[in-house]
Amino acid sequence: MDETRSHAAHDFGRKPAKMAPVLIRHRFRCFFATLESTRVRILPCAGFALALAACGPLPNDPHPIGERGQNILYSAFLDRPRHLDPVQSFVEDEATFLYQIVEPPLQYHYLKRPYTLEPAVASRMPQVRYFAADGRELADAADPSRVARSVIEIHIRPGVRYAPHPAFARDERGEPEYFALTEADLDGIRSPSDFAGQGSRELLANDFVYQIKRLAHPRLHSPILELMSEYLPGLKTLHSTLSEQARAQPDAWLDLDAFALDGVEVLDSHTYRITLKGLYPQFMYWLSMPFFGPVPPEVDRFFSQPGMVSRNLTLDSWPMGTGPYMLVENDPNARMALAKNPYYRHDAYPCEGGPDDAGAGLLADCGKTLPFIDKAVFSREREAIPYWNKFLQGYYDAAGISSDNFDQAVSLGSQGEVTLSDDMTARGIQLATSISPSIFYLGFNMRDPLVGAGGADAAARESARRLRQALSVALDVEEYISIFLNGRGIPAMQPIPPGIFGAREGRAGINPVVYGWRDGKPQRRGLGEAKKLLAEAGWPDGRNARTGEPLLVYFDTTATGMGDKAVVDWLAKQFRALGVQFVVRATDWNRFQEKILQGNAQIFFMGWNADYPDPENLFFLLHGPQGKAGNQGNNAANYVNAEYDRLFERMKILPDGPERQTVIDRMADILRHDAPWIFWHHPKAYSLQHGWLKNRKPGVIVRNGLKYQRIDPAARENARMEWNRPMRWPLAALAALLAIFIFPAARFWRRHERATALTPDDRGTA
Amino acid sequence: MLAYIFRRLLYAIPILLGVNLFTFLLFFGLNSPDDIARMQLGAKYTTPEAIERWKAERGYDKPMFYNAAGAGAEKLTDTLFVDKSLRMFTFDFGRANDGHDIAREIRARMGPSLAVALPTFVLSLFAAIVLALLLVFFRATALDFWGVAICVAMMSISSMFYIIGGQWLVSKTWALVPVSGYAGGVDMARFLGLPVLIGVIAGLGAGTRWYRTVFLEEISRDYVRTARAKGLSEFAVLFRHVLRNALIPILTGVVVVIPSLFLGSLLMESFFAVPGLGSYTIDAIRSQDFAVVRSMVFIGSALYIVGLMLTDISYTMVDPRVRLG
Repeated sequence: MDETRSHAAHDFGRKPAKMAPVLIRHRFRCFFATLESTRVRILPCAGFALALAACGPLPNDPHPIGERGQNILYSAFLDRPRHLDPVQSFVEDEATFLYQIVEPPLQYHYLKRPYTLEPAVASRMPQVRYFAADGRELADAADPSRVARSVIEIHIRPGVRYAPHPAFARDERGEPEYFALTEADLDGIRSPSDFAGQGSRELLANDFVYQIKRLAHPRLHSPILELMSEYLPGLKTLHSTLSEQARAQPDAWLDLDAFALDGVEVLDSHTYRITLKGLYPQFMYWLSMPFFGPVPPEVDRFFSQPGMVSRNLTLDSWPMGTGPYMLVENDPNARMALAKNPYYRHDAYPCEGGPDDAGAGLLADCGKTLPFIDKAVFSREREAIPYWNKFLQGYYDAAGISSDNFDQAVSLGSQGEVTLSDDMTARGIQLATSISPSIFYLGFNMRDPLVGAGGADAAARESARRLRQALSVALDVEEYISIFLNGRGIPAMQPIPPGIFGAREGRAGINPVVYGWRDGKPQRRGLGEAKKLLAEAGWPDGRNARTGEPLLVYFDTTATGMGDKAVVDWLAKQFRALGVQFVVRATDWNRFQEKILQGNAQIFFMGWNADYPDPENLFFLLHGPQGKAGNQGNNAANYVNAEYDRLFERMKILPDGPERQTVIDRMADILRHDAPWIFWHHPKAYSLQHGWLKNRKPGVIVRNGLKYQRIDPAARENARMEWNRPMRWPLAALAALLAIFIFPAARFWRRHERATALTPDDRGTA
Repeated sequence: MLAYIFRRLLYAIPILLGVNLFTFLLFFGLNSPDDIARMQLGAKYTTPEAIERWKAERGYDKPMFYNAAGAGAEKLTDTLFVDKSLRMFTFDFGRANDGHDIAREIRARMGPSLAVALPTFVLSLFAAIVLALLLVFFRATALDFWGVAICVAMMSISSMFYIIGGQWLVSKTWALVPVSGYAGGVDMARFLGLPVLIGVIAGLGAGTRWYRTVFLEEISRDYVRTARAKGLSEFAVLFRHVLRNALIPILTGVVVVIPSLFLGSLLMESFFAVPGLGSYTIDAIRSQDFAVVRSMVFIGSALYIVGLMLTDISYTMVDPRVRLG
């Protein structure tokens, strides 16, 4: 094992110590100069802050003056990251940080679409070998019933090194320097970089195996333990063993190297093997997530020492890895900062991309060494308005668009096309849009006798199917997107959003039950068609054909806020137009979850963000065995269709290609026919960036994009100076307004104080 | 006085117990341990087994108030209520659901909250009293009329307007200070000037009107006439005599909030990105983190009780006729 020792060599992200006194002296000089030059007679305390601020070239710059002109990216985060331990983190906000620090074996190509996996720290794409139950190797997985095991061997690049960390530091005798820390040793320590000794070592195959074992750690509660246990049954066994061990020694460190994990083994220092039960082609996508990144046992042991947890010195607060960046500041309430990993492996900007990438300048840095940016600072913003103002001042390099500033940022054309507003264009701001790998839907509970498949006989079930289709046609999703999303979404035709294999463009991709094809674009069938379907369902004009009773449907929702009322009212109007009475059952999130789990809801809104760009991760939301009620899976509609389930099992294991597309098309047709969901929309992500920020390609799935981005700090500095010139006249107007009160008041005061107790009459008498 | 303080501290125990019980009932009336576990583990691939494991590890698998399976006193002590609520009395706040130490988090956030709230409080009080005394001085003149009218107008405007307008005017138009943010040390002045200024202005209308009413009550008293007859300037009459005699109603409203200044302000801290305690409780309620909710409610109640005690003690300091017994 190769060890490197570097004491206090990495002071990333800190101001040079000598800068502070100079800065203070400068500010005080400015302060007194201001007082003298303007002959202001104000209370020094009140003017102190303003005078201090008014002295710098950009007094409204929220970033430390010492960082001016540096190659630093400034961005913001809205929600505090709760978990940064790679075994626990599963939220988009956390990925912003974690994916830059921890490098899994694979990653997505930065520019190619559809998303394509490529090696990250793996030396090549791993090959999967299939074995039958008798141990014979199968040529391929054409017959999934014969596959008993899938074996994946991962070979990692030699020479990859970890970012500096005290867990690797060694003393003069070559022993770990910080493995016997006392409470006194930890006094004043707030982060791993506060330790004088820092070290590094080469990435080894065992680090990946160690992390996979951490999935089963009883104290860590990994969100994917159950899912992975289906394919790696050894995890369940290991979890039981570790749980017993943890109960016997509640405070002791569990050295996972001492426990074997069936199905995962180290072959040599740079190769490890994973043996999965059966077939699971989607496992490759998991290999691009930090769940399967490396964690060195030394680091785990280092953080397990007494006194660490109470100081928030944990892997959950201070993740580490071999990625291009390392976490140097972690104040989730205010500021997080990443600095360049000095030991980052050789990595180059891609030279291939999508058809438009060369024109957009995204291939200009082909072959250049990554990363480009020295440091990335993320500030916590809780409100959209200050965030937006700072972006317009040039103090953030990129920003999203909230509904508050949508009209200021973009203009919608008559055909729905989106362009930047003139003001944004004049500032050189660029707009990037992408379809998120997500689906929102209005689900029907298929256990329900009225809208689902819970009817007494086949006729009742057919009536319910037509009712669902009628509602699919009647609810105007395009209008919803226009009114409530400012056009930031596209109507969904099936579960798979564009950009993921299986989605079809143009006429072939429309939902024929809901849309026709007219003038080269999809056209929603009219309300008349919906009413016809409703009549066929046995509810002409929204009344029961036999009894005359009105059709009453229940909408279960968590939308109880002021802003949600408009959406609910709009939905009610849409249902009324069809003649259907619409009852809202609003509740809190917990009770809503309970209703869904118990199968007691009737109609409900839901959404899903795909974890990886594969149709399996969307179609499984309607897979029968994964019903929410009963099985606690992710099929909230509790939809069951034997043909669909069979096709799902087939589609899941097929490689992308014509055969898989045919299966997907058939599955989509089944869903359109059965209509367990009203396919609502795929959100469209809008992001703005300043002209000085280069190489930023939108794509939610590619989460390690920081290393590819580049900044032109000089252009940023010029723009900031230009955009932050003070306008003083309102100050004079305010002073004039105050003077209107101060002058008569002063006159009154003087007259009052000079007056005697005698009236003019008294004086005359005297 | 000491006996009084001791007695009040004893009274505080049942009050805090009641507050704890009420918080516990309210919280678990809305959120079951299963809901809490589901919120922490995420909704994607969570199974009933994972929920049970999380609950067992965090102690949420115990009965609420009575543990029939426990032995002896454990029937009452080995329960969710005792485990999660009563340990507050030893100031053991435990860990939040995300694993962070709550006491450490509160200590870290208290400073920024106080940095905004304390100067805002002091300057607001000072400005409102001075303006109110000036309006009393100008009573029955056009200045008094327009002063009161402006106070009413200022009271009617939402705090959000002051914040957004202040950020636009001071940071965007005049480019004097950053829109929002926070830093320690010398840089703190750059970030706190604007929220403090806006905090003072936003509270000025209501404060000035209230104190003006209090001072007008006093201005017609005999001691004021005597002071004027002695030849004291109006400034001395107002700021030395009227102010001192009007302190009781002022202290009643002011002293009680002093300890609570630590808890910060949700709106100010959100818009000015101050990493204080203002949003800590709200965030905890949203994420169903009972450990944080109970701690913040406990601290809030304790500080309120301390505030009331300080108010009583302050009466004895400004009015020698008041005795605490």
